[in-house]
Amino acid sequence: MLQGTATSLEVFFLTLLFAVPLALPVTAGRMTKNRILSTVTKIFLLIIRGTPLMLQLLVVYFGPSLLCIWINKEFGTNIRVTWPRFLAANVALIINYAAYFAEIYRGGIESIPQGQYEAAKVLGYTKNQTFFYIILPQVVKRIIPAMGNEVITLVKDTALVQVIGVSELLRVAQETQSRLFSFMPLFVAGVFYFIMNWIVEAVFVQIEKKLAYYK
Amino acid sequence: MNRAGLRMNQSEEIIRVENLSKSFGTTDVITDISFSVYRGEVLGIIGPSGSGKSTILRCVTQLESVSGGSVTICGKQLVKDGVYADRKAQRDIALKVGLVFQNFNLFPHYSVLKNITDAQIHVLGRSKDEAEHTAMQLLTRVGLSAKAANYPCELSGGQQQRVSIARALALKPEVLLFDEPTSALDPELTGEILAVIKDLAEERMTMVVVTHEMAFARDTSNHIIFMDGGVIVEEGDPQEVISNPRQARTKAFLARFNA
Repeated sequence: MLQGTATSLEVFFLTLLFAVPLALPVTAGRMTKNRILSTVTKIFLLIIRGTPLMLQLLVVYFGPSLLCIWINKEFGTNIRVTWPRFLAANVALIINYAAYFAEIYRGGIESIPQGQYEAAKVLGYTKNQTFFYIILPQVVKRIIPAMGNEVITLVKDTALVQVIGVSELLRVAQETQSRLFSFMPLFVAGVFYFIMNWIVEAVFVQIEKKLAYYK
Repeated sequence: MNRAGLRMNQSEEIIRVENLSKSFGTTDVITDISFSVYRGEVLGIIGPSGSGKSTILRCVTQLESVSGGSVTICGKQLVKDGVYADRKAQRDIALKVGLVFQNFNLFPHYSVLKNITDAQIHVLGRSKDEAEHTAMQLLTRVGLSAKAANYPCELSGGQQQRVSIARALALKPEVLLFDEPTSALDPELTGEILAVIKDLAEERMTMVVVTHEMAFARDTSNHIIFMDGGVIVEEGDPQEVISNPRQARTKAFLARFNA
């Protein structure tokens, strides 16, 4: 079960590590005045947020090989793609979470009063300076509660990667349960998720406290 | 002191606005406005809400783009007959003009000191020491040196507005514009802001003040513009315009004040 726990933690941290920055360009795409780019981004967000994460995991993992089978059949080629489960699981989760984070970022950015942009412009800040010095720090503070929610959900969503055969905690617990004919492994897994989220919660409370020096 | 007399003696134009117009969609907000502001003088702009007073300031500070007309700042053409200068010129001109907002618009995540130093460092490229030195001088001047380490949310509205004046002055603008600087404040706090602006006027800071404080406009400005419906209805000597208006619309607007 220790191995399963480690896998779950890896999926959790890798998703967080990549989805948090990847969501920024998605936000930019969603908010741009370029109609084509913003439409493409909107469709992307609609699909990702409108279909089950479990389905997305299956598509990311099996999609490339199914595509190869079709191509080989149509064109008589013999291409093969193998795609490590663990990598596929992370890619799917990162894409999914980047979509949710991006919408949270957008909400945060749009909640900053127009006056902040105007003050920065009149003081001579460039657009980049305005975003990184004036807007972004205020956005971070505003989105912390919503991000806390998402991260807690992510802890639990790591359990879904078992649908493509990744041996994460819950799957290992289930296997151990049927082998030992005992309820204990599932209970232990539940306690693990709970403690993990307890820690996540505590971390977010700390961040909120740290940013509470201004209103 | 005869402030109107001062106007005649001035020759250096800091702001020249010619035939300025601005419309949002099909709504004309200001139509064919022309005026000048000379070095060392205070121009007061009064008029009912929605008359286009703030829009003028927003066009001069490039927060809005004009629909037509010309704006020249310190001899440099920002926009000529509705056509803007290149971006570099726009930026150079922007740095000559400071603006104080009705709602202060301080940066809430920065301390009072950092609100004043940050643009000096990032925009003008001053060293941190130099920026802090300037900031402390200005804070002393507006009576808030003890609040340097505080955050804007810990200050009263009047104090926040004084910080925002210091923030604008730190960049050494050629002219400072005030967009109803006391409209978000109660009468007690209004006084402290007006005192600061009066001090600046005495030091010959060039300023344009959009305000509903008639007594203040009369006593502090060298020249008054009364606007209504996007046009200048009446302008001239502050005493004359406010205490003894000629146009019927100005009389009606000032009726309560002069009663």
